[in-house]
Amino acid sequence: MIQAASKTHSAVQMVRTALERAHHYQDTHHIFTFINDEAALAKAAAIDQRIQRGETVGPLAGVPYALKDNFLSPEGETTASAHILEGFTSPVTATAVQKLEDAGAIMIGRTNLDAFAHGSSTENSYFGPTKNSRDPERVAGGSSGGSAVAVALGIVPFATGTDTGGSIRQPASFNGVYGLKPTYGTISRYGVVAMASSTDCIGFFAQSPEDLDLLMRVTAGQDPYDLTTLPDYYQTAPAETAPRRIGVIKDFDNEAVDPEIRAALQHKLDLLRQQGHQIIELSMPSLKYALAAYYIIVPAEVASNLSRHDGVRYGFRSTKSQHLAELYQNTRDEGFMPENKRRIMIGNFVLSSGYYDAYYLKAAKARTLIIQEYEKAFKQCDFILTPVSPNPAFKLGEKVNDPVAMYLEDVMSVPLNLAGVPGLAIPAGETKSGLALGLQLVGPRRSDAALLQFAKTLEESH
Amino acid sequence: MTTEYLPTIGIECHVQLSTKTKLFSEVDNDARQKEPNSCVSPVDYGLPGMLPRLNHTAILYTIRAGLALNAKINLNSRFDRKHYYYPDLPKGYQITQMYSPIIGAGSVELPDGTIIPIEHAHLEEDAGKLSHYRDYSLVDLNRAGTPLIEIVSEPAIHSAAAARDYAKELWRLMTYAGVTYGDLYNGNMRFDVNISLAPKGSKELGTRAEVKNLNSFRSVERVIEYEIKRQTRILQQGGQVVQETRGWNDATGETTDQRSKESAADYRYMPEPDLPPLRLTPELVEAERRQLSPLPAWYRERLTPVIGSDLTEILLDHQPLVAKLAELDDPQAIKLVANLFSSVLLAEENASLLNDELPSKTQLADLVTMRNQNELSSTAAKEVFLKYFDPEMHYKDTRTIAKELGVIQENDTAALEALVDQVLAQPTTAQAQADYHNGQTKVLGFLVGQVMKASHGQANPTAVQEILRQKLA
Repeated sequence: MIQAASKTHSAVQMVRTALERAHHYQDTHHIFTFINDEAALAKAAAIDQRIQRGETVGPLAGVPYALKDNFLSPEGETTASAHILEGFTSPVTATAVQKLEDAGAIMIGRTNLDAFAHGSSTENSYFGPTKNSRDPERVAGGSSGGSAVAVALGIVPFATGTDTGGSIRQPASFNGVYGLKPTYGTISRYGVVAMASSTDCIGFFAQSPEDLDLLMRVTAGQDPYDLTTLPDYYQTAPAETAPRRIGVIKDFDNEAVDPEIRAALQHKLDLLRQQGHQIIELSMPSLKYALAAYYIIVPAEVASNLSRHDGVRYGFRSTKSQHLAELYQNTRDEGFMPENKRRIMIGNFVLSSGYYDAYYLKAAKARTLIIQEYEKAFKQCDFILTPVSPNPAFKLGEKVNDPVAMYLEDVMSVPLNLAGVPGLAIPAGETKSGLALGLQLVGPRRSDAALLQFAKTLEESH
Repeated sequence: MTTEYLPTIGIECHVQLSTKTKLFSEVDNDARQKEPNSCVSPVDYGLPGMLPRLNHTAILYTIRAGLALNAKINLNSRFDRKHYYYPDLPKGYQITQMYSPIIGAGSVELPDGTIIPIEHAHLEEDAGKLSHYRDYSLVDLNRAGTPLIEIVSEPAIHSAAAARDYAKELWRLMTYAGVTYGDLYNGNMRFDVNISLAPKGSKELGTRAEVKNLNSFRSVERVIEYEIKRQTRILQQGGQVVQETRGWNDATGETTDQRSKESAADYRYMPEPDLPPLRLTPELVEAERRQLSPLPAWYRERLTPVIGSDLTEILLDHQPLVAKLAELDDPQAIKLVANLFSSVLLAEENASLLNDELPSKTQLADLVTMRNQNELSSTAAKEVFLKYFDPEMHYKDTRTIAKELGVIQENDTAALEALVDQVLAQPTTAQAQADYHNGQTKVLGFLVGQVMKASHGQANPTAVQEILRQKLA
C-alpha cells in the first residue's frame, strides 16, 4: 500500500531510496529518460518540513513516482522518447501531473516509451529499449514500458501511463503489476502528448487495486482544459459487494493464444466460481474487426496530431534545409522513428480524398458496432475477463521487423479503447520460465471503481 | 456574330469575430497595436498535448451572424480538422466545420432587391501572419486562433456591381449584427471571389478562376470586371479558361497567374476528436434573435420613403448614423438631421468626428425645432451641430450652444421693424435709399447688411429683407 510521508516515514527517505534504485536499475534495464535527482529531494525536504510544522499534507505526500515521458511538466525535458522533441522543456504542466503534485507526490524520473507511444515493446524509443523486469533479454512491453518496469522493480510505488490501444495493460501484464486504463474521459488528457485523441487514456501502474483507487481519487474528474472529460463520477461511485456475473469471450479462446495464458485464465475462472460468481460465455463477433478499425482510426489521428512537429517552433530542426519544403521534409525525416512514419503514412493515406469513405468512415462504423457489442455484453454480465495479449513478453528484436506481428499483440487490448470502456490488467502468476502473466478485467463505461474493488477478490498470494 | 457570355460569381467571405478572447483559448483576441506573438497561448502555439477549449461568445456571435444572414441555425454541429503545412498554421491543421456547420442555408438581399442565396457559413480559426524578407520570413501568431466565420454564397451573382453590392451588404450585416469590427484595412473581412463565364442560355457553368484575399469592395468589383474581360477574350478566341487561383495586383488592376505549386491540395479532413459535437438549444437561438440589433433592411424600410434611396444607402454605411436617425420620429426632423449627417459628418474634413459620440436625441430634436422656427439659419444649424462634437460643448443643450455661439436669429417683426427704421434714419444710408428708388435694387444687400450689423448679427436676414422691401416700396 502506498505509504505517504509522516512523522515515521520521511519523504526524503522514500525519495532517496527511489532515486538510488532508479540509478541502480537504469544501467541494466534502461528505464528512465531523465532522473529528477535534485528537484525531487528538495521537494521531499519541503514536505518533511511541512509535516514537522504540523501542516496538512496531501494523500500522496512524499510518495515518489515515475512519469511516462509524454506528460508535460517543466521538470526535465518532455521528449516522448522522440528525437523530434529534442530540447523541448514544457512551460505547461499536465492536469494529471498537477493533481498528483498537489496531492504531494514527487516525480523522481521520466520513463522511457516507444516514441510518441507508437509500439508494444518500447523498442521504438529514440533512446533504445527498456528491458523486461523478469528477463532483460525480453521486451518491457509498451508503449509505457519504462513505467511498468519502474513499478515492477519496486523503484516507485506507482507510475503514470497512457493507453491508446493497450499501452498500460500490456506492459503491466508483461511485468506482473496492476495497470489501469480508465473509462475514456475520466482523467484529463490536457498536457499529455497526444497519440490518438479519441482513444488516449491516462492511467497508472501500481502494486495493488487499492493504490490504483487512491490514484484515481486524486486525478479523476472533469477538466475545463479537456472538453472530452466526463462529469465527475469516480469519487461518488457506490461500493458493491454482491456476487457478480463474469463474461468470458469464447471468440478469444483459440490456438493463437499461448497455452499458459489460457491456463491462467481458467485458473482465475475456477477461483471466481468457488467464490460464488457466475461465469457466462459471450460471443462478441464484432471484436474481430477491432484491430483493423483501430489501425485505421488511430493512424489517422496520429498523422493529424503529429502534424505540429514541423521544426518551426520547438524541438528538433534539421539544419541542412535550404527552403521551407526541405525544412519540413528533413526535420520530419530525421526526427521521427520508422514506426512513427509508418503510422503517419497510413493515417494520411486513409484520410486522403477518395479513400476517406472507404477506410476512415468504414472504420468509424465498425467502431460503432464494437461499442454496441460491449453494451450488449454488459447486459448479460458485470465484467469480462480476458487475456491482455496472446503471448507473454517476447524477445527483444523478435518482432521489430514484422510490424503486423507486432500489431497482432494488440488484438485483445484495442477493442476497449475503441469502445471507451475501462480495463484493468491484473497479475495472473507466471510462466514455467518465470515470465509474468496477466489478464484484463473489463467493465462498462464508468465502472472503474467497481472494477478495482472486484479485482481485490482475484488477488492471490503467489 | 460573337457569343454573349454570362458571368457567374461566387464569393467566400471571411469575417473575423470581435470576441474578447480567441476561439480555442483564453488569450486576448484584439491584437491591434500589440507586439508580434504577444497574444499567443500554448494552445494557439500548438504545443504538444494542448487541447482546444471552446469560446462560448464566439458561438453566440456565430448564431447572431447566421440570423443576420437570414439563415437556418443548425442545433447540431461539429468541428473538423483541415490539414496543410504552413508556418502560420501551428498545429498543421485548421479547426473548421467541413461537414456540419452552425450556419445553414440563408440569403442576403441587396439594396436593389436582388436576393443572393447563401450556401452555408462555418466557424473556424484564423491562421497567423507571415512577413517575408530577402532571405528569411517572420511568423506572427497573434491572429492564429482568432474566430472566423466563412460565409459561402451560392454561385448566383452575375455582375461586378452586384458582387460589390453583395460584399458591402455582408459588411453592413456583420457590423450591424455587432459580430466584427469590420475594419477592412486590417483584414477583419476578406473576400475570395470565383468567377466563370458561360454562353448566355447555357445550363452548364464555365471553368472558374479564383482570386483570394481581397480586402475592399472596390477590388472585388475591379477583379471581376477584369476577369470578365480576360475570360471573354480567351473564349472568343476559341481558348479555354484554366481553373486556377490568380493573384490581384491593385496597382496595375490586373490578375495574374500565381503559378503556385499547391496543385490540388488534399486537406485530409477528419472529425476533430478533441471537441465534442456542439448542441445548441432553440431557446438560446431565440434569445439571440431577440437581442439582434436592427439590420440594414429595417432602416431601409423606414428611411427610404423619407430621404430617398441615395441618401439612405450613403448613410447605411454608418450604422450609428442610421440608428440615430431611427430615434427621431418626425419625418421633417429625419430629413434635416440626415442632411446634416451627410453634409457635415461625411464631409472629408470632418471624417474624424465619425468616431465620436453622436449628439443626443434631445439635442437633435431641439435643433430641428429651432431651425423650423427660423431661430437658426441653415448655416447656424450646421455651426451648432459641429459644436456637439466639441468636448467642451458636447453635454450642453442646443439652445445654450446656440446662445454661446450668438447665432440665434431675431424673428420678432416689431423689433425688426424698429431696427430697420433706425437704420433708414441714419444719414449714411440716405444715398443707398435714393439709389434703390432709382431702380438700383442691388443696394438692398447693403441695407440688409447695415441692419444685420445693427442687430449684432442676430436678425433673420430673410425677414429683414422683406421688411426693407415693404418700407422702401
